[in-house]
Amino acid sequence: MKLRIENLCFSYAGGGGVQDLSLQVETGEFVGLIGPNGSGKSTALKNLYRALTPDSGRVELDGEDLLRLSPRAAAQRMAVVCQENQLPFDFTVEEIVAMGRSPHKRLLDVDTPEDRRIVRAALEAVNLASLARRSFLHLSGGEKQRVLLARAIAQQCDFLVLDEPTNHLDIGYQLQIFDWIRRLKVSVLAAVHDLNLAALYCDRLYVLQAGRLVASGTPGQVLTPELIRSVYGVESRVELDPRTGRPAIRFLPEGMAN
Amino acid sequence: MKPGLRQRLSRPSLGLVVCLLSALAVLTLVLATGLGPVSVSPMATLNILLSRLPGFGALLTPSWDALEENIVLGLRLPRVCLGMVVGASLAVCGVAMQALVRNSLADPFVLGVSNGAAAFATLGMLFGAFSFLGTYSLSISAFLGAAVTIVFVYSLSRVRGRLNITQLLLTGVAISMVMEGVTSIIKLSAPNALGLHNAEFWMSGSLAGAKWAYLTLPLVVLLVCLAVLMLNHRGLNLLLLGDESAGALGVPVRRLQTLLVLISSLMAGVTIAVSGCIGFVGLMVPHFTRLLVGGDHKKVLPVAALLGGILVVWVDVVARLLIAPEELPVGVLAAVIGGPTFIWLLRKNGRARD
Repeated sequence: MKLRIENLCFSYAGGGGVQDLSLQVETGEFVGLIGPNGSGKSTALKNLYRALTPDSGRVELDGEDLLRLSPRAAAQRMAVVCQENQLPFDFTVEEIVAMGRSPHKRLLDVDTPEDRRIVRAALEAVNLASLARRSFLHLSGGEKQRVLLARAIAQQCDFLVLDEPTNHLDIGYQLQIFDWIRRLKVSVLAAVHDLNLAALYCDRLYVLQAGRLVASGTPGQVLTPELIRSVYGVESRVELDPRTGRPAIRFLPEGMAN
Repeated sequence: MKPGLRQRLSRPSLGLVVCLLSALAVLTLVLATGLGPVSVSPMATLNILLSRLPGFGALLTPSWDALEENIVLGLRLPRVCLGMVVGASLAVCGVAMQALVRNSLADPFVLGVSNGAAAFATLGMLFGAFSFLGTYSLSISAFLGAAVTIVFVYSLSRVRGRLNITQLLLTGVAISMVMEGVTSIIKLSAPNALGLHNAEFWMSGSLAGAKWAYLTLPLVVLLVCLAVLMLNHRGLNLLLLGDESAGALGVPVRRLQTLLVLISSLMAGVTIAVSGCIGFVGLMVPHFTRLLVGGDHKKVLPVAALLGGILVVWVDVVARLLIAPEELPVGVLAAVIGGPTFIWLLRKNGRARD
């Protein structure tokens, strides 16, 4: 067992949040968190990487109480790619990726050749070695997201938390990024917006609605027309794609279904 | 995206930049010490300076007169050294504040911290309000003023946990005005005229009264703060990514932010206590430093310190030459140069967000 969340509760002052969330990620598993906007996907993840502090509940990573670890110790075990990618000042791509090494650094440590090797390998893993000395600010959205993934790779954790990592990217980049993440062979918990992507890449899915868990299981078990109707309010047809073995969802908008 | 901007960044190495700037700083020291209403030739200045270095004194035959020696060692050198320390402190203070608010528009002067420090310091100077603190009462009162202002401005600008930059700048302006008003009230009710004249000149920012004794505290504070910031350079870089990303990468965000508030107020307060308000140095210097070496704080901090020192010394040289034998307060000149830079940065900042 990699990650175990038990009865996690968090409420925002203005209402909303997640109630009584329990889920597990096994070692090496790619687990997706799906649900409509505002259903609490990001909130749940933020409680993991401690941008928010849970009201109650327990989070265990490798058997350790995650919330009691120091920020540095937590960052040595868990890498996060979140939606923040704004930077006020100019850094090179290489410098951004090297930031992933900082949880492994003590106050007086300097960057070693080993760090530089890890950074280079991380850049190569996402095909960005040629951009190492470019300015981060002038990259395209897809390239920026790849840089942030490289930073998470350089962090060398075997658990990855992704908060809608491919939002606003075109389909080519989306597939590419998910492919790379799968290839890392680490345990992943990801909030995913696109149901077809979730179906393609996730081993198991948890479905959130209004802050509560309403379903869980393999994509084939979870992604049914009934569930999609009750959670998203959308009619759909789900077929098993014979080539991928995964469910493929076709949506039927109200005005066009007959 | 402009294709031209995607080109590989070729940045000079840190060692090279620091070496060049150090050489420039030494050159500045010699040249600026000689320049003023009574000018002393660079060779004479160099000889006088070298004669004081251990080991060199015996090698040189004195070829200068006592007046020149007095001007150089008694008046100019402490002033130039103080200028270096003040400039370096203001620049580093600007870097720290910009990391705190994640924006290049932060500066002790712009955010009202300088005026806050000045208000408290005036209170101490004219009424002896903090005299129980002893020799360093002026510095400590300025530090308190700076700390109060920075905490106030910072907490007022956080909207739903996020720092709003428009709110920050406007709050800074408002607090700055309030503090200036408070200073005026203090001055108007001042018991003695001499103190008032001193406070007036000091308020507009000046290095004219520099003495060797003024140098110790700012120098110690500069070195300690610079060292602490350098040790935390990774944390400072990560803070720029935003609170959430920084936290996820292992930075104790709150603790580091508190440290930055403390360091910024300490540097601003102590600097302002010896030189008054010299605005915009903390704004201009970090910006040009980043153009030179990029955003990495490991490089920005030492380079900004050197550049800041050199800049303030030269602005001070111009200030004492421009209307010689009268003197312009260096703060006035810094504002005349810094104001337009601020406006330029403001426009650039606006464009970047579109």
